[in-house]
Amino acid sequence: MKAAAAGYIRANDLPHAISLLEQSRGEARILAGGQSLIASLNLRLAGETALIDINGVAELSGIELVGEQLRIGALTRHRELASSDLVARHVPAIAQAAPLIAHAAIRNRGTIGGSLAYADPAAELPACMLALDAQIVVRGPAGERRVRAGDFFVDLFTTDLAEDEMIVAVEVPVAVAGERQATMELARRSGDYALAGIVLVDRPSGVRAAFFGVGPTPILATGAMAAIDRGASPDEAAALLEGDLQPLDDVHAPAAVRLHLARVLLRRALAATRS
Amino acid sequence: MSDTAQSFPTRVDISLTVNGEPVDARVDVSRHLVDFLRLDLGLTGAHAGCEHGVCGACTLQVDGEIVRGCLMLAAQLDGAEVWTVEGLTETGALADLQAAFVERNALQCGFCTPGMLFAAADILAQGGQPSRVAIREHISGNYCRCTGYEAVVDAIETVAGARARGEEVSA
Repeated sequence: MKAAAAGYIRANDLPHAISLLEQSRGEARILAGGQSLIASLNLRLAGETALIDINGVAELSGIELVGEQLRIGALTRHRELASSDLVARHVPAIAQAAPLIAHAAIRNRGTIGGSLAYADPAAELPACMLALDAQIVVRGPAGERRVRAGDFFVDLFTTDLAEDEMIVAVEVPVAVAGERQATMELARRSGDYALAGIVLVDRPSGVRAAFFGVGPTPILATGAMAAIDRGASPDEAAALLEGDLQPLDDVHAPAAVRLHLARVLLRRALAATRS
Repeated sequence: MSDTAQSFPTRVDISLTVNGEPVDARVDVSRHLVDFLRLDLGLTGAHAGCEHGVCGACTLQVDGEIVRGCLMLAAQLDGAEVWTVEGLTETGALADLQAAFVERNALQCGFCTPGMLFAAADILAQGGQPSRVAIREHISGNYCRCTGYEAVVDAIETVAGARARGEEVSA
């Protein structure tokens, strides 16, 4: 079908974008890569919303190392995540996740900020943020605040963002010496949303495993993580996922299949980080 | 709808190039890129299929990168450089691919072909000889319901080999 947009303005800079957002009182949305938003507009699922296009806001782009954090601008495209040396070196989980997102033509447009704000429970990047314990940098009329990924993803397609706030960047702790990371997923066809996926961050101080596609938000498998840290075998840890994850039955796969796939992925990811 | 939201323009002026030609237009903000090309400019090479980014029939080039034409709005194109299959046919940039598609019978109805050519050109632009797996992965976002893809992969593989050897392939 055809999009139904109620209006469109190109933001010149970040203050302009925020002031438009504030003035619109929740009736406008930020247009970043548009790879989910324009599809929703075309399907008439997004309502008739006005659009604030931030694609020209240069300060939202770029990847830089700031102390022990990698700061990734909200407008960074998936293609840039996949090809960035800084990402590959310091947060390999994101470098591994980026090529799994949709297809080349979509990765050329889709952005990390858009993916996080949309909060699809089967998306890779929200789970990366959770596993990496990243902070989401959010700005609104009252200024900037940082939200830990664990507090950001509230429910299905629902985040901690207020209606007059937008994501400006994420700050991701860089891998420490001896740390290994793995992002894996299982999908019926390349580029589909995953039936189940895992982001495993295996630090000397402890392991963090975030799953996607198996609940309303990305989920930290705290039971399995604690077991692994106590020295449990991959099989023993995988058995505990039943208590950590709440997959639902849907048209793509029954809950039991998703849980099974999550167990397979945990074993594979551990084999990858501990080989 | 509040007064503030109503103050967002519903028509936007854009100035861009399409297939190397300058275009100035005033577009409805709901108009997506494929409809702008097809309905406003009469360039029907990019096909409107699913219109939600799944089928790939609308794949074309904006600012040197392949994109889904249905997932960009015409309003976003101010200053952009757009290339469609018509333009790249005229320049000859796709000639060897098009010849290989014909040679290998890599199309039947042809609906997916313009988008498929852009996806193919994109992996070929990376140079070298991609594996069949890499070719399949790169065209995984372009649905073909006729060929079963084998012939499409054959054609792309053939052109990659010819280009790597520096051979001329005539259209």
